[in-house]
Amino acid sequence: MKGPLAKTAILLVGMYVFLKFILPLFTAPLPASLIFLYLALTFASAMIFYTMSGGGLDEFMGPVGRFLTGSGQAGIAGTARILVFVLFPLLVGWQAYTRLAPSDMPPAENRTIHPAPPGEFVGLANPYPTTPENIMMGKGLYAAFCSPCHGANFDGKGPAAVGFNPPPANFSDPGTIAQLQESYLFWRIKKGGVGLPVEAMPWKSAMPRWEVELPDEWIWKIIMGEYDGAGQSPRTWEEEE
Amino acid sequence: MKRFNDGSYMKNHGIIENLKSLVPTVKPSSLFGWSVFWALVLLPALVWAQDAATQAMSVEYRDIPGVGSRNVVWVVAQQHLLLAGFVLGVPIFAWVCEIVGWKTKEARYDKLAKEFTKLLTSAYATTALFGGILLFLLIGLYPKLMAYLSDIFFPSFIVYCLLFLLETVTLYLYWYGWDAMQGNKKTFHLFLGFLLNVFALGIMIVPNAWATFQASPVVVAEGTAIDRAWAATWNPTWWPVNIHRLIANVVLGGFICGAYAGIRYLLAASQEEREHYDWMGYVGNFIGVFGMLPLPFAGYWLMREIYQYNQQMGITLMGGFLAWLFILQAMLIGVLFLGANYYFWMGITYRIPGSERGYRRPILAMLIVLMVCLGVWMTPHSLVASLEEARKMGGTHHPLLGVFGVMSAKMTVANLMILVTFMSFVMYWRAGKQETAGWAKIAKSVMGALLVLAGIAVIVLGVWGYFVPAIIRINYFSVAQVLIVLFIMVTFTPLTAILMKSAKTTTEMVWGKMPIRAGYALVSNAVMVILLMSLMGYARSSSRVHWHIYGVMRDTSDYAYSPALGYAAAFMSLNTFVFCLLVAFIFWVATMGDKGKKTPDQQQPEPAKIPAGVTPALAGGSPREQD
Repeated sequence: MKGPLAKTAILLVGMYVFLKFILPLFTAPLPASLIFLYLALTFASAMIFYTMSGGGLDEFMGPVGRFLTGSGQAGIAGTARILVFVLFPLLVGWQAYTRLAPSDMPPAENRTIHPAPPGEFVGLANPYPTTPENIMMGKGLYAAFCSPCHGANFDGKGPAAVGFNPPPANFSDPGTIAQLQESYLFWRIKKGGVGLPVEAMPWKSAMPRWEVELPDEWIWKIIMGEYDGAGQSPRTWEEEE
Repeated sequence: MKRFNDGSYMKNHGIIENLKSLVPTVKPSSLFGWSVFWALVLLPALVWAQDAATQAMSVEYRDIPGVGSRNVVWVVAQQHLLLAGFVLGVPIFAWVCEIVGWKTKEARYDKLAKEFTKLLTSAYATTALFGGILLFLLIGLYPKLMAYLSDIFFPSFIVYCLLFLLETVTLYLYWYGWDAMQGNKKTFHLFLGFLLNVFALGIMIVPNAWATFQASPVVVAEGTAIDRAWAATWNPTWWPVNIHRLIANVVLGGFICGAYAGIRYLLAASQEEREHYDWMGYVGNFIGVFGMLPLPFAGYWLMREIYQYNQQMGITLMGGFLAWLFILQAMLIGVLFLGANYYFWMGITYRIPGSERGYRRPILAMLIVLMVCLGVWMTPHSLVASLEEARKMGGTHHPLLGVFGVMSAKMTVANLMILVTFMSFVMYWRAGKQETAGWAKIAKSVMGALLVLAGIAVIVLGVWGYFVPAIIRINYFSVAQVLIVLFIMVTFTPLTAILMKSAKTTTEMVWGKMPIRAGYALVSNAVMVILLMSLMGYARSSSRVHWHIYGVMRDTSDYAYSPALGYAAAFMSLNTFVFCLLVAFIFWVATMGDKGKKTPDQQQPEPAKIPAGVTPALAGGSPREQD
């Protein structure tokens, strides 16, 4: 197997095997959308590289042209060509069927994880000073109300977490609360999953509406405790003195 | 029906005759009585007319049935903006090209500058036409909003009109005086080019104030009309948008001129034409890439200002329902970077015979870096996953690849892609030449070491960015990454220029030998940049959600909702398609005269002579004709 086209095919198969079967040995499996994206980039790379020169283009596209026109395709190659012409439309048909056939599986979704907060919550600042006492109180409140789901280690692995899909947020991940301002957390804790706006559909959050049980002061202190416990800092526009 | 001399008809002739017959012949004494009679009859009509006028004044919106007012304004505004981007971007590099031609005495640069300006003149009228249509549509369809904006910005309307007049006069003088102002009048012509750009800048920044005011308004209730207009103009996103658009216009203009050259190259009938348009395509791509390198920095600054101005708007754009547009943006920018690099690499392969083998490995390395970076940039924070896939991942964030979804990763790969593209250009510049300076080896080693260090520093800062507060990352780490890349660009460019000045040409650059796919690559780059501007223009405008003027004037029309992303994407594609058609038409009209002028003995253009020893001013050189 040599020639640019064969090398590209080997590269694509190798990449697919790595993404689909080898990578999941070390981490969670990748969704099909991401595998498709990475394979498309791999194919584009090969095509760009091999078509930079005239010779490369001929070597890359030549076999495709010969295959389609049938020139010099005799014997096993000719039979294989006919087989591909028969099997390829069947493959496309099967793909179309599996995508369109009724299924009990919900479609892939592009849920908005961080919808924009309502205007009244924008720009709110934590009215309580960041003192060791307040942080300690916040952590205590967190342990009582939040840790069953979000975990004692702020990693989203509380004892009740297994019951939720999607799972509770992992605050130690730099992609969660570290990206947000305190006012955002105040809104999400206070209003809970039912308070999410239309743009966050489908509403898949089991977060309780804590405003019915906790006073604002406790919520602000919980936020303080969360950031401190998770080793993160809230997004601000002013540097701390 | 009565026919007038000009051939028109007086359709109401019969009605008037009938009305006349209703009025009996009266004596002067009874005139008063008839007046009272008609006054009584017409009084209710006057009241109705007044009611109608009051009603018209209170109309907030008008609609275009079937199509929708918002859709019409969307298309017309986008066409106007894209045309304006081209018209304001081209004079910048046309003028620079003219200066280069004047300084180096190379007539080819002057010819190129003139050709750019020719495209400009034909596009200018169309831009103004779409501006006029847009204005009428806005006044008619959004009267309340326009009344409010007019009330605030009226003084700047006057400034805008004045600038428009000056721009038009200067453009006419600049274009029509091109040939007449050669020789000792050239400096005056260059001064006109300078003025043209100054007025163009003014024409861009004044309406930018109106548009940015809608997103980040500053409303002052007291003071004179000028005070209020000035306060509204100096809103938080005005200068970030000004800078971003200024650079983007150069990119748009460069790539569109490149596409024009690409098409002319594909249609070229003679070797001379192929050489000229191959070179013009190279210059267009060079200008596009030159602008594209600092563009992400300007975009980052704009987004930072938006986020700082209003958290809600920032989240809507970067984390909310518009966040998917930024994944599309990554894809388009990626294709643009790849297209520009692909064109450079093809240039090395085809224009410098025999160099393919020597540059294959570095090109492969650059390609891999670009693709890995693009893969990271395009990886969303929340992945598109089925329920089963999400279950296996433990949510829509992948535990390993989820880290690619945040800004620290995006900024890092964007900087690396800029660095690679810059090095791609430097490699093209140096291809086919042998440095002769004694210190060349040391300089190349230092440059290599600096490049590696810069790459490492950008990555280290990117990774470190995950472990510091957001404000430290935004204010220091991201800025440091940008400065590192800029440092490489501002040190490597003069250093390479000095090295190349004394370099010996080992392989002469051959123009007009590029394959047809090079022409298509240039066209693809132009389409990508148009799509990109349509996409991000929509994102910026849509971030106001249901507000005409954010937080000040709410949109209460039937269209006070954000369209689905698929619907919006279809409109962006439509806008791109319409703009490409418009540009194709404008260019066709602009070049129609050239064909007519050609006489049989003028079919082959006179090759420009380059004096011996003159180094091509633009990196990569220009076609050198044989004496």
